[in-house]
Amino acid sequence: MITIKDLHKSYKMGSNSLHVLKGINFNVAEGELVSIMGSSGSGKSTLLNILGMLDEADAGSYTLDGVVIKNLNEKIAARYRNKFLGFIFQSFNLISYKSALDNVALPLYYQGVKRGERIDKAMSYLEKVGLANWSGHLPNELSGGQKQRVAIARALASDPKVLLADEPTGALDSKTSYEVMNLIQEINDEGRTILVVTHEPDIAEMTKRIVNLKDGQIIQDTEVKQVRALQNV
Amino acid sequence: MFELERWEEIFDTIRKNKLRTFLTGLSVASGIFILVILLGIGQGMRNGISNQFQQDAANIMYIWTGTTSKQYKGLNPGRRIQMKNEDFNYTARKNEDELEYKSALFRIWGGIVNYKKESGSYRVEGVYPDYQFLENSGMILGRFVNYKDDENFEKVVVLGNKVRNDLFKKEADPIGEYIQVSGINFKVIGVFTDPGGEREESRVFIPISTAQRVFGGANNINNMAFTLQPEENFEKALAASNKFSEELETYLKETHTIAPNDDRAININNSLEQAKRFYDLMDMVKFFFWGVGICTIIAGVVGVSNIMLIIVKERTREIGIRKALGAEPLSIIGMVLHESIFVTTIAGFVGLIFSLLLLEFVGPLIETEYITNPEVNFNVALTTVFILVIAGALAGFFPAWRAARIKPIVALRDE
Repeated sequence: MITIKDLHKSYKMGSNSLHVLKGINFNVAEGELVSIMGSSGSGKSTLLNILGMLDEADAGSYTLDGVVIKNLNEKIAARYRNKFLGFIFQSFNLISYKSALDNVALPLYYQGVKRGERIDKAMSYLEKVGLANWSGHLPNELSGGQKQRVAIARALASDPKVLLADEPTGALDSKTSYEVMNLIQEINDEGRTILVVTHEPDIAEMTKRIVNLKDGQIIQDTEVKQVRALQNV
Repeated sequence: MFELERWEEIFDTIRKNKLRTFLTGLSVASGIFILVILLGIGQGMRNGISNQFQQDAANIMYIWTGTTSKQYKGLNPGRRIQMKNEDFNYTARKNEDELEYKSALFRIWGGIVNYKKESGSYRVEGVYPDYQFLENSGMILGRFVNYKDDENFEKVVVLGNKVRNDLFKKEADPIGEYIQVSGINFKVIGVFTDPGGEREESRVFIPISTAQRVFGGANNINNMAFTLQPEENFEKALAASNKFSEELETYLKETHTIAPNDDRAININNSLEQAKRFYDLMDMVKFFFWGVGICTIIAGVVGVSNIMLIIVKERTREIGIRKALGAEPLSIIGMVLHESIFVTTIAGFVGLIFSLLLLEFVGPLIETEYITNPEVNFNVALTTVFILVIAGALAGFFPAWRAARIKPIVALRDE
């Protein structure tokens, strides 16, 4: 599903240049649940941003579902993001003035889905994350766990090939974290490819494969026996 | 731009951000409101000043005499100059083609006018029929003095509106009634009104021939008044009237044996000279209000731009989220502009309507000599609304464009 070869990325900080990714080679097959681990500054978020086409690599190749992602202009990048990817952020990034339902329906709006159908679909995804009763609430009327579940529903709404989660449990307590991870596992069980960036070992344990990043390079890439989050809830 | 889905999204955003929408709208509406009111008052001032100058025909020349101040051909200074009918007749005949209206005027001093028990002291003057037009008087009732009255020495009188109000009971018809001027019966034939107001309306006119005969005026006249035929432009009119007044002055000085450099004996008030000053003043007033208006628009544009900048800044994070969810840059720009144009247009028209209503209903209530009937050219007002909307859109476009171009990752980091 995802193929990355020799990926480099550096940031300019004034006159200095900070080399963040130093040649990453990395493959993800369909249906995998991969966690990317590393201490802060290891480049894991940068990698995720490049995977999510939110940021561009300096060198190297990136293929997503057979499409070479290269020299994208904003318009095509937006189209690809909408078609291929669903994002889950640490800070949820829900639009504050829109209800849970409207937030979930937003990617569908950008797909050009008509309003009625949009609402029906968004509602079914909200049901899937167990928040059908909260559809009319604004984000600030929801708990952290609920917000993240809305965000997950939103990420799923456009039916993407890959879900990218950047520290999805970073702002949550452990109990809620496990609930969210449980939801992610369930979605993965249905065959969806998911990448999770985390620095919490217990969260990483709940994926099927752990990729360890240090100083911009992959130092370890191991398949693990998945711990079901449900056990901890 | 016009698809239903976009409109739904815009309305949704507006509904959920009432305060922001209200504040944007308020600044636009108040800008337009202030501008229209200003332009209205400017127009009102111009109207008011025009009225002040409209008391007499705009190009009237008024001639009166005084005493000589210089000795000339053996005649002492301090001699009173008395104009005669011949002076008027000669001038009228000589300039027959150039003159539009002409009249001599004989004043009856100490004219006490009474009707039954009411009486008052008014300016009583003998005039020719043209005098109505020289004074810009309008008839409320009856008619003005005519040539037949003059030929037949008719004892008829035309009253100013104030004189009528003073002497006659309200709504009593004065036409055909007899009043006494210095004890002599005159028949009322008309009531006139004058844009000069009460002062001008407290005058009484009788035929000049009657005045001279009844009040012992012989062939004396006190004043002459002329207007020239209209010219195609102001400069020509001014030149013609200057030429006429110079010739007339020379003629009068010759016939009355006055030193050519004596500027006391003959006075000619050429109102075109004054009109020029008046038109200059009008232009100044016009320029001033346009200046103020343009500054107001600029202030409005700056205000709208400011708000648009803040709105886009405030929405940077939202824009990042939308981009991460697959919004194309054009759709972001479209969304911001669509909303801002929609809000500024509605608000602009609200401001326009409120200010026009205010001018319409409060304007006529303003009672001061210098502001009359404030009004505004609707097209001008409409144009300003569009300028403000376009300016708002332009001001919104650049931040929106920039916001649409920043990478979503940067926008998402924005706190």
